[in-house]
Amino acid sequence: MSVIYLLIPLSLIFAGGFLWAFIWAVRSGQYDDTCTPSMRVVLDEAPVKKSKTNSTSTTETTDK
Amino acid sequence: MSTATHYTDPPIPTAPHGTVGGSGVVHACHHCGLSCPEECFHQEEKSFCCQGCLTVFELLTANGLENFYELGAASGLKFSRPKPAEKYSYLDDSAVRNSFVQFTDESITRVNFRVPEIYCIACVWLLENLGRINDAISTAQVNFPRKEVSIQFNNDQIKLSEVVALLTSVGYPPELKLSDLAGGKATPISKRLWLQVGVAGFAFSNIMLFSLPGYFGLDQFSGPTFNLLFGWFSLVLVLPVLIYSAQDYWRAAWSGVRQRRLAIEVPVSLGLAALFLRSAQEVVSGNGPGYFDSLTGLVFFLLIGRVFQQQTYDSLSFDRDYKSFFPLAVTRLERLGDRDSKNDELRSEATGMSSFQERKVSISQVNIGDCLIVRNGELIPADARLISGPAFVDYSFVTGESVPVDKVPGDHLYAGGRQIGAAIEMEILKRVDQSYLTSLWSQDAFKKDKTESINTLINRFSQWFTLTVISIAALAAGWWLIQGAATTALVAFASVMIVACPCALALVTPFTLGTALRILGKERVFLKNTGVIENMSQIDTVVFDKTGTLTSSGAGSIVFVGELLSENEERWLFSMTRHSIHPYAVQIGESISRTRQIFPDPVRSFLETAGKGMEGSVAGREIWMGSAAWLAARNTTNCPSTSDSDTHENSAATGSEVHVAIDGVYRGAFVIKGSLRPEAENMLTHLAGEKELVLLSGDNSREEKLFSELLGDRAQLRFFQTPLDKLEFVASRQKAGRKVMMVGDGLNDAGALRQSDVGLAVVEETGAFSPASDGIMSSDQVCRLDRIVGFSKSSIRVIKIGFGISAAYNIMGIAVATTGLLSPIFCAILMPISSITVVVFSTAAVSWCGRRLRRTDVPPVTDAETAQPMSDVARGPLQSASGIRERNGDRQDACPTLEVSS
Repeated sequence: MSVIYLLIPLSLIFAGGFLWAFIWAVRSGQYDDTCTPSMRVVLDEAPVKKSKTNSTSTTETTDK
Repeated sequence: MSTATHYTDPPIPTAPHGTVGGSGVVHACHHCGLSCPEECFHQEEKSFCCQGCLTVFELLTANGLENFYELGAASGLKFSRPKPAEKYSYLDDSAVRNSFVQFTDESITRVNFRVPEIYCIACVWLLENLGRINDAISTAQVNFPRKEVSIQFNNDQIKLSEVVALLTSVGYPPELKLSDLAGGKATPISKRLWLQVGVAGFAFSNIMLFSLPGYFGLDQFSGPTFNLLFGWFSLVLVLPVLIYSAQDYWRAAWSGVRQRRLAIEVPVSLGLAALFLRSAQEVVSGNGPGYFDSLTGLVFFLLIGRVFQQQTYDSLSFDRDYKSFFPLAVTRLERLGDRDSKNDELRSEATGMSSFQERKVSISQVNIGDCLIVRNGELIPADARLISGPAFVDYSFVTGESVPVDKVPGDHLYAGGRQIGAAIEMEILKRVDQSYLTSLWSQDAFKKDKTESINTLINRFSQWFTLTVISIAALAAGWWLIQGAATTALVAFASVMIVACPCALALVTPFTLGTALRILGKERVFLKNTGVIENMSQIDTVVFDKTGTLTSSGAGSIVFVGELLSENEERWLFSMTRHSIHPYAVQIGESISRTRQIFPDPVRSFLETAGKGMEGSVAGREIWMGSAAWLAARNTTNCPSTSDSDTHENSAATGSEVHVAIDGVYRGAFVIKGSLRPEAENMLTHLAGEKELVLLSGDNSREEKLFSELLGDRAQLRFFQTPLDKLEFVASRQKAGRKVMMVGDGLNDAGALRQSDVGLAVVEETGAFSPASDGIMSSDQVCRLDRIVGFSKSSIRVIKIGFGISAAYNIMGIAVATTGLLSPIFCAILMPISSITVVVFSTAAVSWCGRRLRRTDVPPVTDAETAQPMSDVARGPLQSASGIRERNGDRQDACPTLEVSS
């Protein structure tokens, strides 16, 4: 039974990891708009020039 | 959102610019979907209504964005001319710039704009592909529910002002309000709610794991050490839940206590506190596991309920901007020169007039620099500079000061004033601020003293309710204490507190009435606030104005009886009518200008007397237009006496008359056959069954017989009513204890609209916005008035049923909870479920009632039936008479089955 002393902290750490992931997701704005991404999926990606560097395409909400 | 048909395959050959299109077929603009004027632009076999739409089309095709038109038919937005980026150069000023920009460094800048014109998936697509029009824009991301676009651009290559100009040029002008941006960051709140849910959920699930052995009696085997350990773990886990996740409840309860008001959060907070103290004491003393599972569960489910509420509210408030569809139109002067200068020059030579055309546009389309015409009684929509005409502006809506102010050309005019006298021209200096105009609506001066609204009732009820709950909980706890069961006492106390939370009660009204307001807005009935729905449900008397309300302007026909008018004289009369927004003046003006293009002459010393007529001098001639009695009172020569005018009856031209005198000599009269709005008969019959109907008309009593048949025997009909008579009549009915609804055009019955319990202003395409009214309804909705009143009644019924449901939950819950049998965990689940049930119920029930409102049980009316002159109904078919020129109204004024595009 004493394995529980190990397992419980482990499970808490795991769950804490998920909590952290959730907090990160909320903070990074993934819960801000749950509607538009569903529309975006339907739109065709246009087969034209996209010479942009992809580095700028992530949008993180960093307030100035 | 236009309901115009989109012609996928336009049957027009490519024609040179400015070719007059074939009459009869109306082409829809390929870009914005509005019907094109007779002279329109053609390109690639597509028609465009204006240069602006054509420009956007060219811009999009040149950048490979034609897809836009495939996503939504004719989904573009109408706008006038693209404006140069210099117009926005103030945005490049560093102070201004910083207030808009979210993030910036040497190369990259990100801004967030609210773009109210985002309506559909095509808008999303176009905006997110902005980068293909201009390389400097790296990403553009739309938040559809918020109608926001976040744009990231390279600030070496493009300036902020150019980004805004680009947005505007494709038809999506962003809202540029500094104040809005400063305080408008609502994001943290919803983010915080998610985080609170996350923390509560984390703690709840883990504590549940610790508690599971206890549920199944396994703790006997695991021994006291484990139980103690689990207890302490739970105690640690519950702290962030109480401190972080439940903070809103503590705060609301505390502020309620400080204001000596029993907020609905008080019982919940007390319950939480009781549970926590009891559980902590158990754990610390080593007596048991406590109720941490219930505690965290309660907070978790409460917050889930909040998220659900928030989401419902957000999806409702997606249309909260219903006021941006405010049915206000203004008359814009547009230069024709851009397209066919040759024709223009010819025309200018021929008429000696500058080549401008007037066009009615929605106020949301008005841009800075536009030239608008504001007629007698119309509202100045935005700050402007007076260009022509001495203005006489009544600012009573803004300042309460009723003495009008004189203004000369060049003067600054503030939004919200009302022009009195001749039409003025002005140049718009600021963007039209819809919210400012609507705020005029909700001004104190127009507030009505209402005895008891449902909200005050609820507030009082919930105070009483909270007090009762606390007493019951205390009594139950006391009872168990006397019995010597201290544990049960605390459990019972907490359970009652939790299960009886009147949250559901507080949710019913806002959700029901909010949904109802939104549904009515979609039906183009715009109410000032939710209180109007409540008042409307109590109405027992309906007072109608006749002209422009029951009868429609436009669908009838206009006949001039008397000497034939020369072309010059027609032009003078036309010039006069341009200054008034009275339905008759508008109709006469339309009928004169329908036959040929007429450019108005300037009118001097214009004066309009409400309910009587208008006077002014054009080209040195004194022109009077108005009722026969009014002309007679001014000693017009050859003026027919009022009784004499009945002789017109045998000339078959019966209807309302507008008599004309030029230089004091009587010339004849325009006879306007008002036609009853289609389906109005149906509506009146329905209403007559339940309500007292009254007709107040400023017109003659010719149509009395017809209306007494329509409105039923009990109805009162009053003719020759002045605006003051109408007001006094409404007041007298109210004194007699009746709840009066007034339906009028808001022109000469503004006083009556204000006096009545519910004043609805009926607007045709151009709206004379009267802040005195409680609601504005599109004229084609008049024929549904009975259903709208019925809808308001069912909304109130939904609220009452919602109350019933939530009360039933509470009473049952309390009954069980006092016995101490209801475990706190069960209460924790039951409580949020009751809230959710009530929200779902009220929203769904009202939407269902709304669907009934929309359903038409009559087949759609055809045009032939629509243009049904009233005199025909009353006196048989029209005979033609010599010396009468007849101009038939050909405007479509049917009551269409509403297409509400979602």
